[in-house]
Amino acid sequence: MADQLPSTPKLDELEKGKWPSFVTEIKMAAKRSPMAADLLGQLEQSYREKIGYWKHGGIVGVMGYGGGVIGRYSALPKEYPGISHFHTMRINQPAGWFYTSDSLRKICDIWEKHGSGLTNMHGSTGDIILLGCRTEELEPVFDELQKIDFDIGGSGSDLRTPSCCCGMARCEWACYDTMALTHDLTMHYQDELHRPAFPYKFKFKMSGCPNDCVASIARSDLSIIGIWRDEIQIDKAAVTEYAEKGMDIQSDVVNNCPGKCINWDGKEITIDDSFCRHCMHCINVMPKALRPGKDRGAMLLIGSKAPIIEGAFLSSILVPFIKIEPPYTELKDLVDKIWDLWCEEGKNRERVGEFIQRVGLSAFLDEIEVEPIPEMVAHPRENPYVFYEDYEDDDEDDK
Amino acid sequence: MAKSIEEVADAMFNMVKEAQGVKKLKPMDLIKAMIQIYGEEVDKKLCKMAIKELINNGRCVYTYFGGSFIELPHREGAAND
Repeated sequence: MADQLPSTPKLDELEKGKWPSFVTEIKMAAKRSPMAADLLGQLEQSYREKIGYWKHGGIVGVMGYGGGVIGRYSALPKEYPGISHFHTMRINQPAGWFYTSDSLRKICDIWEKHGSGLTNMHGSTGDIILLGCRTEELEPVFDELQKIDFDIGGSGSDLRTPSCCCGMARCEWACYDTMALTHDLTMHYQDELHRPAFPYKFKFKMSGCPNDCVASIARSDLSIIGIWRDEIQIDKAAVTEYAEKGMDIQSDVVNNCPGKCINWDGKEITIDDSFCRHCMHCINVMPKALRPGKDRGAMLLIGSKAPIIEGAFLSSILVPFIKIEPPYTELKDLVDKIWDLWCEEGKNRERVGEFIQRVGLSAFLDEIEVEPIPEMVAHPRENPYVFYEDYEDDDEDDK
Repeated sequence: MAKSIEEVADAMFNMVKEAQGVKKLKPMDLIKAMIQIYGEEVDKKLCKMAIKELINNGRCVYTYFGGSFIELPHREGAAND
């Protein structure tokens, strides 16, 4: 038990105001954990001197795994011995982040026994983050987590822990079962998750509809976003009810449609679905009246990433529609082709989106045997010196 | 004749040992090297199993320094007591 908390005038400023404060949380943990107390001390010093006092550890982990532990050492171990080692453990979260209160208590008990007691729920990849552990405590934590059916997640150049929105468990818009797919991919790719063999990290994120609540289009190498390919379902009586209750359908729905495919004559709404961009705006505004179509699946988009190395990318369309049904063979076959090519030709620390930019989309598509489609063209006719094989063949035939 | 997992693991271990302190090797570097040396006597699946063997018996460890590598176990410079 910490005898006395360090003086933290700068950190105390971050407790002011009505919002929860991470400083308050660390102070509470510090009453029981010397690690948390020393964390406060070092953080205060960092704020005072404007220097981060952490060293990166690149070797620590649990036996057999190459990911899931991020090594951290204090650069001031004599001043703050409690955080001399302060490794992070990433724990594979259940699909959709559903827990029983009992399982959360068990995780917290393990962490209070072996670590700092501080957690981060959840990390940006989706894992449960356990903050602050000594090297010799990593294996005991791992052993105890296994006993309650939790496993370590991904880190380093491996498949990162797949994550998804709550999908059909909580949301009426889910166009496929995101949680089932996430669970299946996690189980199927255990080797890729625990044994880093990629040029760099690879993330799957599953969103049930184009609202994309897990922001897969911005944060995953392969974004799997639920979509429909038939007509938006319209409940005409409910449309009338919205209008009668004062909704300005022309202004709030029709004028905001990016595909300009909705018509409202003051009595009835009609949609030209061939121009629908699947943005979900009309459905979000009139959820009782409009629903996604019945022929549902997902769109696959590839290549997004955060700014590290080359800058931030958004995902681009790879497959406009694919049925997402067990055992997901079509999806897995495509993923395996992408990984084979990227692992073979990718440079160290090159994300798949950067790889595609380097080799060119057409070469990438050729290798993974996916036909190009108009949706992949960002700027038609941008380059007049592009020639197509078919045209060249035609020319040769003419000769 | 196909190589055994142990033979490939030994060859990989020697590569890692020779490269230690000189060049960090990624798992794919080892796999490509084995395919180059042994040709059709090995495949990627066998090579991955050989890597798993090396890691599971503690002869090599995964390390992370901007990317993931395979090295001999050693005390890292950043480590505190």
